[in-house]
Amino acid sequence: MVDLTASPSTIPDSRATTAPKSQRVGRGGAALAMSTPAIVLMLLMLIGPLCAVIALSFTDYQLGAPSLAWIGLANYQEMLDDRVFWIALTNTVVYVAIVVPLAVALGLGVALLIESGSSLRSWYRTIYFLPVMATLIAMSIVWEFMLHPQFGLINALLASMGLEGYSWLQDRRTALYALCAIGIWQALGFNMVLFLAGLMSIPRHLYDAAEVDGAASSWDKFRLVTWPMLGPTTLFVVVITSIRGFQVFDTVHVLTKGGPSKSTEVLIHRMYVEGFEFFRSGYGAALTVVFLAFVLLLTLIKAQLASRRVHYT
Amino acid sequence: MAKIELSGIRKTFEGNEILKGIDLAIDDGEFIALIGPSGCGKSTLLRIIAGLETQDSGHVRIDGAAVDGIRPSARNLAMVFQSYALYPHLSVYDNIAVPLRMRRLSALQRFPLLGQLFPERHRIERSIRDDVERVAAQLEITPLLKRKPGQLSGGQRQRVAVGRSIVREPVGFLFDEPLSNLDAKLRVHMRAEIAQLHRQMQSTFIYVTHDQAEAMTMSSRIAVMIEGRIVQIGTPADVYENPRDLRVAEFVGSPKINLLPGAIGSDGTLAAIGQMLGLATSAPAGRCSIGVRPERIRLGDGSFAGDVVHIENLGAEAFIHIRHDGIPLPVVVRVDHDRPLPAIGSRVAFSFMPDAVRAFDAQGRRIDTRLQARREQLLEVALG
Repeated sequence: MVDLTASPSTIPDSRATTAPKSQRVGRGGAALAMSTPAIVLMLLMLIGPLCAVIALSFTDYQLGAPSLAWIGLANYQEMLDDRVFWIALTNTVVYVAIVVPLAVALGLGVALLIESGSSLRSWYRTIYFLPVMATLIAMSIVWEFMLHPQFGLINALLASMGLEGYSWLQDRRTALYALCAIGIWQALGFNMVLFLAGLMSIPRHLYDAAEVDGAASSWDKFRLVTWPMLGPTTLFVVVITSIRGFQVFDTVHVLTKGGPSKSTEVLIHRMYVEGFEFFRSGYGAALTVVFLAFVLLLTLIKAQLASRRVHYT
Repeated sequence: MAKIELSGIRKTFEGNEILKGIDLAIDDGEFIALIGPSGCGKSTLLRIIAGLETQDSGHVRIDGAAVDGIRPSARNLAMVFQSYALYPHLSVYDNIAVPLRMRRLSALQRFPLLGQLFPERHRIERSIRDDVERVAAQLEITPLLKRKPGQLSGGQRQRVAVGRSIVREPVGFLFDEPLSNLDAKLRVHMRAEIAQLHRQMQSTFIYVTHDQAEAMTMSSRIAVMIEGRIVQIGTPADVYENPRDLRVAEFVGSPKINLLPGAIGSDGTLAAIGQMLGLATSAPAGRCSIGVRPERIRLGDGSFAGDVVHIENLGAEAFIHIRHDGIPLPVVVRVDHDRPLPAIGSRVAFSFMPDAVRAFDAQGRRIDTRLQARREQLLEVALG
């Protein structure tokens, strides 16, 4: 009797305290279980290899060698003393410093021109986007022909204007800049498409307001509306172009192989040569770590800027 | 501060004629509302006055001077947009300062960094700051000056947009549905504020809206636009009381005017749903529409009867929807709060006075009506 009268008041009580707790554990467990495939994949495909590369950079491992030894920072020590590494690093930075501003500015310029024009828009869009869709290796070969000292299109063009041609890719004074030009040509279309998307998302009424407020010239409207409203797009374009700039490899490998006399040697190409031609995987891994540090730095800068400067709401 | 005249304005977009010849004279210091259903061309007309759109033909004159082909900024009109169109990257202060900077600083002085080298720039910036702060104080947005538009509520953004438009003291203001993004309560509040602003500024206001309540409560004149034409211009009371067109009668007034199918007899007498109204007209015999406003119908007695199908009780007043067999839509009757409400489903009788009738012919044009002479009526009754 006593139990019967007592139970109605105690049962809800015990439920109230235990149910949420078990529910919380259950939900946490379910969430963990559901994200496990993603976590496992990420560990396998991203974190794992990254850790392996970092670990490898502290060894003297050679591709195919049966054993390896822990040599600490020796690879990095060697890198600091390696003249070719410094050349590659300088060339990569020069390449990025030339390609990024020009590819971004020209991409924006082309996007503005296409946006302001009324006819043949999709035609221009397609033309400028073609280099992005084409395989860069194949396009490099086309460029090789165009830049050929004797029967290349560029030198023929210069000759028709009475100017003297160059051995663009064979001359150490011009080789890196020729590669920069190809890099700009290739990145421009992609940047243009991103800028076009950014331009389309700018509300029309802001231009109306600018017009009424007295921004009469195109420059005023660009300064007051277009440029600030493109902030997020520009940041993204700059970061993507920089990362792709640091990754420059295809054109170097196909056209110059880092020559003449290391004048076009770049980080990733150096990594490839050390790792897969000289089979010095440990040293190659150390180069990769340096490259990753640059990419990480860029990503951090982007994240910092994105949260503070270019998003307005 | 400015008289704005439009003559013969036409505009075609991709083969659609949006404006079919607009003539309108807006007096100095007048508050005129352009109203009409969406797609009637009112916003296009406003954009043509602002200079954001070019008319195909016709002229816009401000204070007698033709401004066709003159840039919006040179017309010295300010515009408040439906979406406020604040620059999201600029603070409230800078948003309000934009029109002043554009006018008072040269292109070189506005140039980033380089502009700082000009000594007079600091003096001009000081005068700009004074003006911005004065306007901010007037609109009570001083505490918001450092914020970005994204951090403001809809009503605050609205005030900033108004601040940006009044700061340079333009000759006229153009409002493009400025309240339609606000919630209902705030809209009523801002209505009063804009009317107050007009009294303060004594400037010409052109206000585009599809909300007839805004037009009725704020403006001194209403221009009703329908399908690219101005159908009627007049004071709010005049447009409401004497609509010259069926479409105007239907558009102005909420709830809508009741329309009863009517007929004009060969002797010029008017009838609605077969009942004589005691009115005569000079219009030719045929079908017509009899319009009666909800507040002009009386419940309780009379020659019409129907079933109550719905009651909207708003507290201060109630709207009774009555279904009558001869009319496709229910008749809406306004009842004061102190009157007893009928039950839904009950049968009620209703009537209206002859002077409540606004009659329209088959084309929707208003037709004149006059009370039938007493003698005629008596004769009619006597002769059966």
